[in-house]
Order: sequence, then C-alpha cells, then structure tokens
Amino acid sequence: MKTVGTIRIAGLILLLAFTASGCAVKPWLKPYDRARLADPVMNVSAHPIAESYMGHVHQARESMRGAEGSAGGGCGCN
Amino acid sequence: MQLMRTLSMALLLGASTLLQASVLPEDRLDVFYHQYEGGGMKINGPSVLVRKSFADKVAVHANYYVDEVSAASIDVLVSASPYSEERTEKSVGVDYLHGKAIYSLSYANSEENDFEANSVHFDMSQDFFGDLTTLSLGYSKGWDEVFRTGDNSFAEEADRQHFRINLSQILTRNLMASLGHELITDEGYLNNPYRSVRYLTSGGSYSFEPERYPETRTSEATSLRLSYYLPWRAGLHGEYRIYDDSWGIDASSWQVKLIQPLGSNWTLEGRYRAYQQGDADFYADLFPFQNAQNFLARDKELSEFSSTVVGLGIGFEFSKPNWETIDRAGLNLWVDRFSFDYDNYRDIRVDTTPGTEPLYSFDATVTRLLFTLWY
Repeated sequence: MKTVGTIRIAGLILLLAFTASGCAVKPWLKPYDRARLADPVMNVSAHPIAESYMGHVHQARESMRGAEGSAGGGCGCN
Repeated sequence: MQLMRTLSMALLLGASTLLQASVLPEDRLDVFYHQYEGGGMKINGPSVLVRKSFADKVAVHANYYVDEVSAASIDVLVSASPYSEERTEKSVGVDYLHGKAIYSLSYANSEENDFEANSVHFDMSQDFFGDLTTLSLGYSKGWDEVFRTGDNSFAEEADRQHFRINLSQILTRNLMASLGHELITDEGYLNNPYRSVRYLTSGGSYSFEPERYPETRTSEATSLRLSYYLPWRAGLHGEYRIYDDSWGIDASSWQVKLIQPLGSNWTLEGRYRAYQQGDADFYADLFPFQNAQNFLARDKELSEFSSTVVGLGIGFEFSKPNWETIDRAGLNLWVDRFSFDYDNYRDIRVDTTPGTEPLYSFDATVTRLLFTLWY
C-alpha cells in the first residue's frame, strides 16, 4: 500500500513537471518531426472494438479496474 | 449473472475510453467475433461498430454487442447448475471537434435476463504545448439493476461513478508517454446474488452460506504507458498499472506489446502481460464458522492470485483502385492464452479434509476476429 502511494506521488510530480514545462520550455518538436510517431505501428489501440473487448476480459477475471487508457474514441464496445 | 458485476463495469470503462485530441476517429465499419473459452466458461458472440464523421467536426458512432454465455465454471459447479444466458449491449455516442479539443458524449445499455446496466459518459480532450501534450478528463455515471432468476421479489440497485484524467506527452521523435489515473466509486448492492461462501461445520465438514459484500467500494488505478518507435519500423509498447481499493485489494500489471509490419499489407503483433493481486479484507476460502464476520466473500476474483497472458495477432489490409466509397479493408486475427494460478482459492471438487484441497488454476484461450472497412 505504501509503495502504491509512493508511486502515485511520483506520478503526480511527473504530471506537474510536464505541466510546468509547458510554461517554461518551448515545444521541442515540429510537426514534421513527428512522422514516426504518426506511423500506425505507434497506435497501440488501432482497433478499439478488439482492444476494448480484451480490456473487458481482463476485468472480468481480475479485481483491478480503471486507468485502462486510450482505446481511441469511446466506442462503447466491450 | 456470473458476469454481471464485471460486465457493468466494463460497460462504463469501455464506453468511456479517453480520446486523442485534435483528430476525430476514422470512419469505419467493424464486424467483430469474439470467443473466450476456459475454466468451464465459453463466451462468444458478434459485435458491430459503425463510425461516421460529418464536416470534420462531428462524429457519431453506434455499437451492438452480444455475449452468448455457457457457464460451468468451478463456482457454478460447486454451488449451482451449469447455465446458459445471453447479454446484449447497445451504445451510441457523439464526438465534437472544436479547435484543438474534442468533446465526447455517449450512452450505453446492457441487458441480461437478471441484470440491466445503463450508463452515460462525458470526456473532453485538449492538445496544447505545440500539440506535444494532450490532457484528457472524463466522467461516467452508471446505474445497475440486479435481479435473481426464480425469485421475483428480489430487486436491488447499484450506482457507479468514474472520474479519470490522462496526460499524454510526446518526448522525442521516437517516444511517447502517457500517465493516467482513474477513481471509481460504487454504491449499492455489489454482491453476486447467487454466490456462496463456505464455512467449517462442527462435524469437520463444511457448508455454504450466501456471500455478503460491503455496499460501497472506492478504487484508484494509475497507469504509465510508453510507446517507442524501433529503428526497423516497429512499435514497442510498454504499460505498467497499479491499483488499490477500499476492500483492501492491491494489484499491479505490466505488459509489453510489439507491433511489427511485414511489407505494406501485413502486420504481426505479439504481447506478454503479467498480473498479480492480493485478496480482499473479507475474503476467505474457508471461514471458521457460520457468520464468522460482517462481510464474507469467496469469489476467486477477490482472492490472491497471479496470471499471465501470451498473445499473437496477424493483420492484413488491402484496397482496390476501383473502390469508390471505400478507402480500404482489413482482416485481423488475435489469439491470447491466459494462465491463472490462485494462491488461496481451493478446488473443492476434490474430496479431502476441508482447507487442504489443491489450489485452483486454469487456462483460457481468447480468440478475436475482426473485419474492417474504412470509408
């Protein structure tokens, strides 16, 4: 439990650091620098209907729930 | 009903996935078949999803999903009879793009013969910092109605709320990170009305009594995801997630997934996932006597256990020059193999001294087949 709390606090600090960096640092990549990131191989949930179903399977067999992350557009499919 | 609690939660989670801002999802038609088989359960069925955008500003979507359940799991075998049932789920939603923000609203309904869940979801997502950063916020509200087959006087309710936040950050030309957090609260009837716990009797044997859960549950989950573009054009995706709740359950999982294109049409996927959780405060495989404590559970999903998944997928996309309204088509097949090992849930089908039965374990295979048209 303590470990979980520590990790959460670290995460929050990371989140705040990201946000604060938005004020002090300029964006370091131009749109044309992002070709690789736009490649379909970088989309971990390119098929939301299939990804959501697998999330549903995990949840049906586990107690853990929440923070599943993006499955791309709220399809309502599980 | 075996699935009711998780299905309703999945309804909330599935219908409320966080958006990627600035671009509406693609127009597509998905025809999907799914099958889960293992541990005495077989669940399969179709699902259809349609998405259509208008004027690059608004996108609507609708989904129809069916689970055909044939249940003879260990819980069912030791305290009930094998059964079959069907669950259907319908959802509709709309996304609205305004500048660098997307607002999404959706509604979902799930029905079984002894369970109904309704939920609404609102999400908003905003790009900023030169579009390197995306902040998403979401809220869901769900209402469950629980019934019990063969008992017309039984009717209970449960309400659920979800609050979620996600921050995605482009770090380098090859690396993206995402940090998410979600708080979920449940209030109402959270039991399974059919499930029992077992307790020792004076004769050295055991008997059963209905399980009793608290009427509230609050959980928090935090996830960190990284996606890295490998030099030979492949995507490597890692995820770590931690969880704890007011029932005393701690859990964590990690996953690695590789997406590897082969030529211009084929894609291979592989993933490995490991999960572990501790048990709930009020869980026991064998209680020392009847009504041993206020709350009682012997649900194996509330026990201490670990699981692993190994998954493989293959996809093929194609198009024809003479297709006018269709952009391209795709076919995908995934097979995932699950292994579950329970640390304090015993296989009481084995007749021996209570509390010394072998620990339970089982494997399951999940098959997914997807046909997609993009237009």
